Amino acid sequence: MSFEFKLFNVQAVAFCLLMVANSVSQAESQIDIYPFADDVEERRYKGLIEEFRCPKCLNTNLAGSDAPIAKDLRRTVYRLQVEQGYSDQQIRDYLRERYGDFVLYDPPFSKQTWYIWLIPVGLGILALAVLARLLVGARRQEPVQLSDADRDRIATLLKEK
Amino acid sequence: MSRASLFVPLGIFIGILALGYVGFSLDARNQLPSALLGKPFPEFSAPLLLEPEVQITKADLLGQPALVNVWATWCPTCKSEHEQLMYIASATDVLMVGVDYKDRPAQAIQWLQQYGNPYDYVIDDRDGSLGIELGVYGAPETFLLNAAGEVVYKRVGDINIRIWENELLPRFKALEVEVITQAEALQGQPTVGSGAGQ
Repeated sequence: MSFEFKLFNVQAVAFCLLMVANSVSQAESQIDIYPFADDVEERRYKGLIEEFRCPKCLNTNLAGSDAPIAKDLRRTVYRLQVEQGYSDQQIRDYLRERYGDFVLYDPPFSKQTWYIWLIPVGLGILALAVLARLLVGARRQEPVQLSDADRDRIATLLKEK
Repeated sequence: MSRASLFVPLGIFIGILALGYVGFSLDARNQLPSALLGKPFPEFSAPLLLEPEVQITKADLLGQPALVNVWATWCPTCKSEHEQLMYIASATDVLMVGVDYKDRPAQAIQWLQQYGNPYDYVIDDRDGSLGIELGVYGAPETFLLNAAGEVVYKRVGDINIRIWENELLPRFKALEVEVITQAEALQGQPTVGSGAGQ
């Protein structure tokens, strides 16, 4: 029994280490060397590449992806920001014009996307309705009237114990 | 609590499974809708692969429908669609434009010599900058342009016989691209039976 417990523990620790290692390696898998005028510019660049989604990899941002297209897009973000002096919003628009809403991680409310915005609202309303019913039901519940026979039965059951 | 309500969690679980099953079997889950669809092809200027001193621009693609195919020698799927592109080039009068994407020019030239060149123009996009203008995120990708240079169709993935018959051919007809039949296209090829298309 104790052996099993230990084994489980080792696996759990290994799993946690793997997850941590994985997240660290994802966050810093790519380091491109670009010169920046100051820390503010560099932080802005890092914020931007964190913000955009890599078009090839479905759920990784530009900062975390090894894909060649992510590298190219990081270079593009750098070029637009540092060499061409685009604002954050102009960079967002630039990428969106070419790669669509997908790169923004922020779907607009549209014909194709209305349900992903409305489902949480609907579920919230449903949850409130269920909660309200439960509360009202609890308040309305009347105390149960026990007959003498019931009381005797309870008494014998308790004695047996 | 009635017995039936005990099965509600199971029902929800099966519902989630069904959603996952449908979601993961959707063909389009790896394909982004093109931001360019219905919009004009971007302005560009890039050298030709086979004549590096010549620059090609968007103006060269206008005036007739054009099929712009993004390919590279490092892309195995591009190899598998090559034959279909050769067929389209021989069977239609559509303007075939290749974009040699993030590739080594010497290898690309060798590829065209070895497997045949279906393109009227091959653009050398070795740094992938035209690819970014087009929203390309892999190869192959193919755009169909009308005579005014608007993108009317985009395919992420290979051009195969199914895509040709179901997606491209009807659009070619709508754009009034001249298409000769397969039998006519094969006529004159010595390996094909002599009876075809007589």
